[in-house]
Amino acid sequence: MTPTILGQALVSGLLIGGIYALVAAGLTLIFGVMKIVNFAQGNLLTLGMYASFWLFTLYGIDPYLSILIVGPLMFGVGFLMQKIAIEPVLGEPDHNQLLLTLGIGLLIQNGILALWGASFRNATLWYSNVIYLVGDVAISLPKVIAFVGALLMLGLLYLLLEKTDLGRAMRAAAEETEGSLLVGVNVRNIYALAFGIGAACAGVAGALILPFFYVSPDVGDLFILTAFIVVVLGGMGSMAGSLVGGLMVGIAESIGAVVMPGSMKQVLLFGIFILVLLLRPTGLFGSKA
Amino acid sequence: MSGLRRQLFLIAAFGLLAGLVPLVDRDQYHIFVIILVLFNAYLGMAWNLLGGYAGQFSFGHAAFFGLGAYTSTVLLVRSDVSPWVGMWLGGLLALLFGLLIGLLSFRYRLRGPYFALATLAFAETARLVATNLDQILAEWAPSLGKITGGPTGILIPLRNDFGSMLSLQREPFYYTALGGVLLVMLLTACLEHVRLGYAFAAVRESEDVAQAVGIDVSRIKLIAMMLSAFLTALGGTFYAQLFQFIDPHIAVGVPVSISILLPAIVGGAGTLFGPLLGAALLVGISEETRRILQGLPGAAQLVYGLILVLVIIFLPGGLVSIPRRLRQLGRRLGKPSGRPTAIGRQEPA
Repeated sequence: MTPTILGQALVSGLLIGGIYALVAAGLTLIFGVMKIVNFAQGNLLTLGMYASFWLFTLYGIDPYLSILIVGPLMFGVGFLMQKIAIEPVLGEPDHNQLLLTLGIGLLIQNGILALWGASFRNATLWYSNVIYLVGDVAISLPKVIAFVGALLMLGLLYLLLEKTDLGRAMRAAAEETEGSLLVGVNVRNIYALAFGIGAACAGVAGALILPFFYVSPDVGDLFILTAFIVVVLGGMGSMAGSLVGGLMVGIAESIGAVVMPGSMKQVLLFGIFILVLLLRPTGLFGSKA
Repeated sequence: MSGLRRQLFLIAAFGLLAGLVPLVDRDQYHIFVIILVLFNAYLGMAWNLLGGYAGQFSFGHAAFFGLGAYTSTVLLVRSDVSPWVGMWLGGLLALLFGLLIGLLSFRYRLRGPYFALATLAFAETARLVATNLDQILAEWAPSLGKITGGPTGILIPLRNDFGSMLSLQREPFYYTALGGVLLVMLLTACLEHVRLGYAFAAVRESEDVAQAVGIDVSRIKLIAMMLSAFLTALGGTFYAQLFQFIDPHIAVGVPVSISILLPAIVGGAGTLFGPLLGAALLVGISEETRRILQGLPGAAQLVYGLILVLVIIFLPGGLVSIPRRLRQLGRRLGKPSGRPTAIGRQEPA
């Protein structure tokens, strides 16, 4: 492995790692607040991508600009998902909630498949193939923008959770459900807001990758497994963990692609995943609780 | 033992009725649909032992299914070993893989969603190995040649020889599937009434309490895991022989894990007849959708998603809980609306 190839792998991994972090941040927020593993998170990303794709194809709206529409739209989808489907089963065993999100994911994925078919689609923009050379390392402009966008979104999320009353209520509901009920927090609404924000993270990530990634009904599957790995690595419920975990997974994946044949790069990731699950299920940055 | 006697009677009655169907109705399509019901019910029952009775929610049964399918198929295609023999080896390998997964996850006390994610990770690793094994072997041990066929999978040449679990007729597959279902039902029914079955239930209801009354929780979970993995692998062999084709996606992919657990969840997890009812509903509805919405891609999966969502929200106990639900509803409707309180009937002011 030459230094150039290594450098290239590091940069590509880091850039896509930002997106992984954003998808995982939504997942980890939902898990942190209501202890639900959202299996539909990948499908929500797909939905966000399609929304952005159609806004671009039909109305010529730039994918980055479309975030202003896709973000709130996906927030609404997540909010309603929680209110209509998940709220009634909150008292049920863990796996029922997991299955419910899985069922909703199947509905989204196959609904898209039935509506728009299985074919791969692309949104080609003038900046889709713009590449800068830094030394020998090629850096793709849309990937840089996606990375910066993901970091911005994560920053906003952090500010929301740490600096606002809503964020405080959310953290309170996560840590002490009954206590926060007692002090007057409307936990049900907090849950719906958290699910909405989690879904919006996935939707925004979808819009950010649209300029350089294909769209298909099952594109989210590529991201959901990675997001699980990131979340477990960073610690379920930990925001900082999802950022660091996302970058680590992105880099591990792209270096794995250089040293391992075919799709075996993912074996490396699953190996890390299983090890972390076994040795430190609270994640590298999670609390001990 | 009257509960067991009633269950055995029901199983026998079902076996007799189902056994007569191909003699009365020779329509190959009908027979094929019932094969699918039986096959899915079988897998659901195998999953049910671990996921329903012992309460360990596995999201990675595709690993065991794939091991069964690949082992017997590779043996058949490469060495002409009959799947009737190969399936036991596949089952054994799956049992060992289950033991490994179980030892690791239970040793580190993975529960609930963490256990589900761990099994998913193991299954995905198995899928990647099935996809890439040939490429790796080509580099390290070229003398072995091709084994899993990579992403393109393995095609089993069709012939009319049921000694190799292959047939141009549907009936042999029908009776094989029926036999499998009846055996697992018998096993499950007996399990419900022996010490081991009680231990399964205890572990499911509360691991701490089970531990406190002297049950070796890890051992019980391992037994459930190995049993479930072994039976699931036999189902994998059957699948490969019925469709004469496997590839990493259709034999080890995530959708396989989902379709293995769906019949049990929809019918009623931890119940004897749940997976059978669940499979009948799922296969029936998906065949109908296929017929009505001809060619619409994703239609069957869309319906699966819908059924799953509806069952979890409105019928978390599965189809088997419908009679109980109806009785509750009837009782509620039968009561007068001015409900008596503890002190006495409140009269409207």
